[in-house]
Amino acid sequence: MPINRAYRLGNSAIIACLLLTSHLAYAVMPDGMEMPPLAPGGVPAAASSNQVEIGNFSFSPVNLTVVAGTKVTWTNHDDIPHTVVSDDDPRLFKSPPLDTDDAYSFTFQKPGTYRYFCSVHPKMVGTIIVKAP
Amino acid sequence: MNESVTFDAPRSSDERQGTNRRGFLKCGLWAGTGVVWMMSGGILRSVSLDLVDTAMADAASFSFVQISDSHIGFNKAPNPDPASTFQQALQRIKSLPAQPAFMIHTGDVSHLSKPDQFDTAEQIIKETGLETHYVPGEHDILIDDGRPFFERFSKSSDGWYSFDQGGVHFIALVNVLGFKSGGFGHLGEEQLAWLQSDLKARSASTPIVVFTHIPLWMVYDKWGWGTDDAAQAMSYLKPFGSVTVLNGHIHQVMQKIEGTVSFHTAYSTAYPQPAPGSAPNPGPMKVDAGRLKSLLGIRNVNLLSSTQPLAIIDTPLSA
Repeated sequence: MPINRAYRLGNSAIIACLLLTSHLAYAVMPDGMEMPPLAPGGVPAAASSNQVEIGNFSFSPVNLTVVAGTKVTWTNHDDIPHTVVSDDDPRLFKSPPLDTDDAYSFTFQKPGTYRYFCSVHPKMVGTIIVKAP
Repeated sequence: MNESVTFDAPRSSDERQGTNRRGFLKCGLWAGTGVVWMMSGGILRSVSLDLVDTAMADAASFSFVQISDSHIGFNKAPNPDPASTFQQALQRIKSLPAQPAFMIHTGDVSHLSKPDQFDTAEQIIKETGLETHYVPGEHDILIDDGRPFFERFSKSSDGWYSFDQGGVHFIALVNVLGFKSGGFGHLGEEQLAWLQSDLKARSASTPIVVFTHIPLWMVYDKWGWGTDDAAQAMSYLKPFGSVTVLNGHIHQVMQKIEGTVSFHTAYSTAYPQPAPGSAPNPGPMKVDAGRLKSLLGIRNVNLLSSTQPLAIIDTPLSA
């Protein structure tokens, strides 16, 4: 439906703007807890290469690429609990319920594509792509 | 004539005497207030509150209350104390014109499946002295595949069960286990097979009430507000002349009629959620304290007679 699509596009545009704004704020913050970890050379890593933020009932970034051996950390910023559960059967990883500000980490040892979802809100999905070092 | 009634309106004894100014202002807080919906032969029409009230008081021979989404343990805006609103909801039962035979809780008893959250909920429910039948919500099975919930609240090892009361056959279904990535509520083959055999023993004239957490109709697919294999369950219910499907999960009142089946979603006693697609996500609506209680509530269901479907009254806590 055209109206729905327009609405959706409008929404995405707003969300995109918000993400952009917060990202900029992030980058210029002089110090403090919001500062992303520093990459070698003192330059802030691009949006923290091993972090997935949970907010607005979605994983961000939806697709994250890391090298094998990386510990990926998900942090829930929503006011509703979420989980991080691998699609694989048996599950490769499964977080406990993450309440607001709770975090969960998992270290990806082998290259591959790992899809996961929130078992409370299964419409929330994401992928970790693990490359050989 | 098959007739069931739903109205979304304050219903305290004061307000039934007539609309005073305060009552009118309270009504105005919520768009659905004051409208009485009558479903007659599958056609939805609105009628006056007083008319339905009188008819129901005269005709009801049996009633039960549905409570839902108490989310004990939630502690944020717009309701940092859902135990207190839950308690208030249950206290309202005492003021109902006729005491219900029992309660059903359609899930999300707790917010994080924690033992102390289940304890609090159980304690508040016990104070009513009413027998209560439960189904889990997805917030109740976050730990150990739901074992703490099922051990405490469930009447069968599977989680699903049925019982008969007042000439009505009640069926409790579990649709919060076995979620798949990107998916919806799910009943699963084992439960569907059980449902089919459970229904085989009933005559088509038996009124059926199905209760489960997530809607058995696709309320809004983008937010996962539906059950992927519900169509299979509904096909088994088709031969029956009166089927009422009650659920929670979406924290707002909605109805739908399909042939002889009426679907109803219930209020939460903890916090409201936005109408489908009206917000970027289905998280709690940050309404102010004055408006909150117009968006929380309980449901009272009256059996008018054994040949008619059920009259359903949704009562906001502000009433």
